[in-house]
Formats: sequence, C-alpha cells, structure tokens
Amino acid sequence: MTAAATLPRDARAAAAEGPLLAVRDLTVHIPVPPHVLRAVDGVSFELNRGETLGLVGESGSGKTLTALTLMRLLEPPLAEMPRGEVVLEGTDLMRLSEIEMSALRGRTVSMVFQEPMTSLNPVMTVGRQIAEPMVRHLGLSTRMATMRAEEMLRLVGIPDPARVARAYPHLLSGGMRQRAMIAIALACRPALLVADEPTTALDVTVQAQILDLLAAMQREIGSAILLITHDLAVIAETAHRVAVMYAGRIVEEAPVASLFAAPRHPYTRGLLASIPRIERRPEPTLPEIPGMVPGPAERPAGCAFAPRCGRAQPRCAAKAPALLPLAPGHRAACWNPEDG
Amino acid sequence: MSATAAAPESQAGRVWARFRRHRLALAGGMVVALLLASALFAPVLAPQDPTLLDTALRFRAPFADWHFPLGTDELGRDTLSRLLHGGRVSLTVGLVAMVTTVMTGALIGIAAGYLGGIADTVLMRFVDTMLCFPQVFLLLVVAAFVPPTLVSISLVIGLTSWMEVSRIVRAEILHLKEQDFVAAARALGASRARIMFRELLPNAAAPILVAATLKVASAVLMESYISYLGYGVQPPLASWGNMLTNAQGYFDTVPWLAILPGAAITLTVMGFNFLGDGLRDALDPRLRMDP
Repeated sequence: MTAAATLPRDARAAAAEGPLLAVRDLTVHIPVPPHVLRAVDGVSFELNRGETLGLVGESGSGKTLTALTLMRLLEPPLAEMPRGEVVLEGTDLMRLSEIEMSALRGRTVSMVFQEPMTSLNPVMTVGRQIAEPMVRHLGLSTRMATMRAEEMLRLVGIPDPARVARAYPHLLSGGMRQRAMIAIALACRPALLVADEPTTALDVTVQAQILDLLAAMQREIGSAILLITHDLAVIAETAHRVAVMYAGRIVEEAPVASLFAAPRHPYTRGLLASIPRIERRPEPTLPEIPGMVPGPAERPAGCAFAPRCGRAQPRCAAKAPALLPLAPGHRAACWNPEDG
Repeated sequence: MSATAAAPESQAGRVWARFRRHRLALAGGMVVALLLASALFAPVLAPQDPTLLDTALRFRAPFADWHFPLGTDELGRDTLSRLLHGGRVSLTVGLVAMVTTVMTGALIGIAAGYLGGIADTVLMRFVDTMLCFPQVFLLLVVAAFVPPTLVSISLVIGLTSWMEVSRIVRAEILHLKEQDFVAAARALGASRARIMFRELLPNAAAPILVAATLKVASAVLMESYISYLGYGVQPPLASWGNMLTNAQGYFDTVPWLAILPGAAITLTVMGFNFLGDGLRDALDPRLRMDP
C-alpha cells in the first residue's frame, strides 16, 4: 500500500515497547438481583504485535463480553460495569472518553463480527463501506478512499473488485461478505483486530478460506489478532497462543502447540478430549465433560470447574486458584494440574 | 462466488418490478404524475386568468362554451383555470407540509429511537401530548395567530401532523439499531450522529417514503379543511378548499361548483394513497416475492 498508510504505524511501532495490548484484571460483574453475574471475572492477558491469541470457551464463558468490553462497545446499562485496565499501545482504553475511543475504533483497533449476513449495512455499497473508515480516520478524499477500497477487496481475494465495490451486500455470498467485512476492518491497517467467531456462521469449506485469509492479511498488514471462538480446530489452525476461558476466567494460557500437546487444566483436557477425531473412530461415544457450566447463582467460592472436575480436591471448592506459570509461557489456574 | 454474477441487478429494479404489478398503485402514480404536471404547467394550460371577473358570465354550465370548458363560478371566473391554479396551491401546500412533517417526524423518531432512555421518554410523551389535540383544532388555533400565506399554512400543517411519522420512524429505528451492522459501524469508529443519519436513516427510507406519500394526501385534505373554514388560502387566490367554500351557497342550484373541486381533492388524495400503498408493498422486505 502507499506510504501514507504505513507511516503512522511504523512510528507507533517504534514508539511502543512491550506488548501491544495488556488486559489487566478485567472484570464485568452484572447485578441480576438477587445475584451478581460474574460474567468476566478478573481476566488478564497480553498480546504482542503481529501475534494471534485465540480466546476459547463455551457459550457464556465471557469471551465475547471480554471482546466487547475491550472495544468499549457495551451499551448502557452494561457500559458502566467493567473494571480493570485495557492498555493498548500505552493507553488505557477504559479511561478514554467515548469520543476519544471512537477515534481509535476502526483505526487502531478494529473488529470482525460473527454474522457476515447482517454485519454489512444493506443499503450502502460494499465499496462505500470500506471507504468510509478511511475517509473518517485517515482523512482521505472520497475518490482516493474508493480506489483504496477496491485495492482492499482485491487484497482479501475478491475477484472483480471494481464491480463488487459497487454492489450492495445482498448480492454477495456469506464468504464474500466476511471477506468484505475483513477488508472494512483492516482498511485503516489497525494494530489490533478483534475477530469474534469470524467463521462460525460460514460453511466449513469457506471457514478454512477465511482463516487462511486472516493469516495472510496478518502477514500483509502486521495486525495482532484476538481470535474469539468456541472451536478449537480454528485455534489450532490460526492462533499462536491460546487462552481458555471458563465461567468468566482464564483457566489456562499457553502456546498453541504446548496446549494441544500437554493441556494442564482438567477443563482444557476435557475440551480437547471431546473433539471428534478420525483416528478414534472405534470409540462408540464422544467423551464429554460431566455436568453443566454453573449458573451465576450456584457458582462456587473456589474453582468454578471444581464441581465437574475428576481431579477436584477439598481446597478446590474453598479457594479459587490463581493463574500461575507451570512451564515457560504456559500458565494454568488449577490446584491439581495435569502432568505436563 | 456465483453471487457476483448477479451484480447489475439493483434493489431499485426489484422494487419497480413489484410496484408495477400493483395495478391501483400504478394508476395512483399516473394520477399523481398528471396532477403534478397540470399544476406545474397551470399557467400554460389554463384557458383564462383564474382571477378575471366578468359578472355578465356568471354560472356558465360546464361543456356549454369552449371558452369556459368547465363553466364559470358566481363571479364569472373560469372554473377550469381556477381548478388548475388551485391545484398548484393545494399540491404546493401538500408537498411543503409533507417535507416539514417528514423532516420533523424523522428527526424526533430517530432521536427517540436511537438515543433511548430519558430522551426517548421525553420525546414520546411530547408526541402523545401533541396527539391529544384534534389536528383541525390545533391548526385553527395556530392559524388564528399566524397570517395565512402559502408557506405559513404549509408549515402549520406540517408541524401539526408529524407525530405518526415520528412513531413509525422510532419503531423502525428500535428494530434497526439492534442489528449487527450498527454494532459493526460503532466498532469502526462511527459517531452517534453518523450512525443515526448515515447508517440507520437510509435503512428506514422505505417506511418514511410510504408515510410521505400518505402525508401529502392528508395535507391536501387539511389545506381544504382550513381553506374551507376560511383560515387557509385567502381569496382571490384559488385553492380547492376555498373554491368549495365559495360553492357553499349554490349547492342546490349550481352543484358542479362544489363537485369539481371536490372531485379534484378526492382524486389527489386517492392517487397519493394508492401510490403510498403500492410503495409500501413494493418496499416491504417481508413480502419478498422475488420476480
């Protein structure tokens, strides 16, 4: 791309040391009388430049809420709930005003949503939707931005970008729309891309294409990606590191290879065991984790996984374990971790 | 990938295809087009000066004399010329009032729907309050204080009939703002104003357009009411409403003086209503009967 787009990024990269994003003790407690729903409960993680961190968990584990919180996209009355720090390039996003935050959204930190069918504005051409953030954030003229929009469409692998740029979203397939969404999100070359279940709504064959595209765009643009998914296969394919969430907390965090080879938290092990594999075909039933994710009312004082855990000890129910390093780069929150 | 092959087909094309199949709407649209053309070219089409008096030629019957194709009124003025020029006045009032209505209604509806909370409550209670008064009463009160000119009448009508539009727009916005593309726009740094007017408003265009056509019809009717009651367009300027007022004294002897402007009003209101109905059906995405 042109020098105008890359310059501010290089300047930022040179200025900042350490991780691109540091989330510290992020907490979203939602009062649902008579309980308090601890939807996100002291989540901390870091993300380096150009790195992909997978955030995995079941529905209700708090992963999407974490993403929306760090984008500051929660609507009132939820918007008042989050506590903690989200430091992006040295700036704590939690302390920014809405106006300051909207200047960063789409430029420094951007987001791709789950539903490509509804995430595009139905009455605006695709090209215009890609161009708009560039006009807004980079001060490009409409003509310049429209040209760049076509370039972005070509970059995300859309054939005949000039024609697609003039088309309305309903004419595109789901996969094409998700490509367009990625083009929109990356138009201003953000340092961080939050991708919330970007492939969940797509056909399996298209899923792989979109994941490849995300990886290719990361190489091209250098954005760090926070990839949120419930699908461990997606993580295995795309992420460098993984954080596993359970009941609002990160229970294990490790490089992908190390997590898949040697999961330390019993929950992670259970998750991995419940993935169907072709080699295991003789097995009559898929192993599952017994029990259910505890609701807000019955969440125990200690480890939230303890009631479902085969390795639970008395102290598990009494006190929540901290997320501690067990090996270099490998952390788990468990009193009685599996062997490495 | 195959989807791109269909790219040249436009949304407007589909809407037109659906609209075309609605016979009454098509007829309504043609009536409206005809009325607009006749109003636009009234000075050329009118055979006489609409204010020219000739008491020697009072109460000429229609079709009796080709100088006065639709006869003359109690002051010997040409009825056809007055109808054409009156149509100009009535349609101007209708269109200006509609624009005022739609702008006010859309603004209040979108603000209430998108901002929610206290803004929503205050604005919607204001709407409820406005709706408590019969519109004719409101109109007459205001008309008593504001000197009646074309513009003031239009504005007064517009500013007393936007409440339904604001409710329609608010309902539409409440539904639209929950959609993913609004969250996506926020995630890309769009400001509130931008989301309201660039993202949401164009998506609410269909119901607004429908309401707009229906509002032209009701504004034409309103203008007739208040002109009939003597607060509207002042003589000698002709409007369909004040032509009816003048015809009042001669209902029994020269009925066509009332029938002709009455028919013009009916035709206009029906034309716009059918047009609005057709647009509603053509634009409603739930009735997607792909052609």
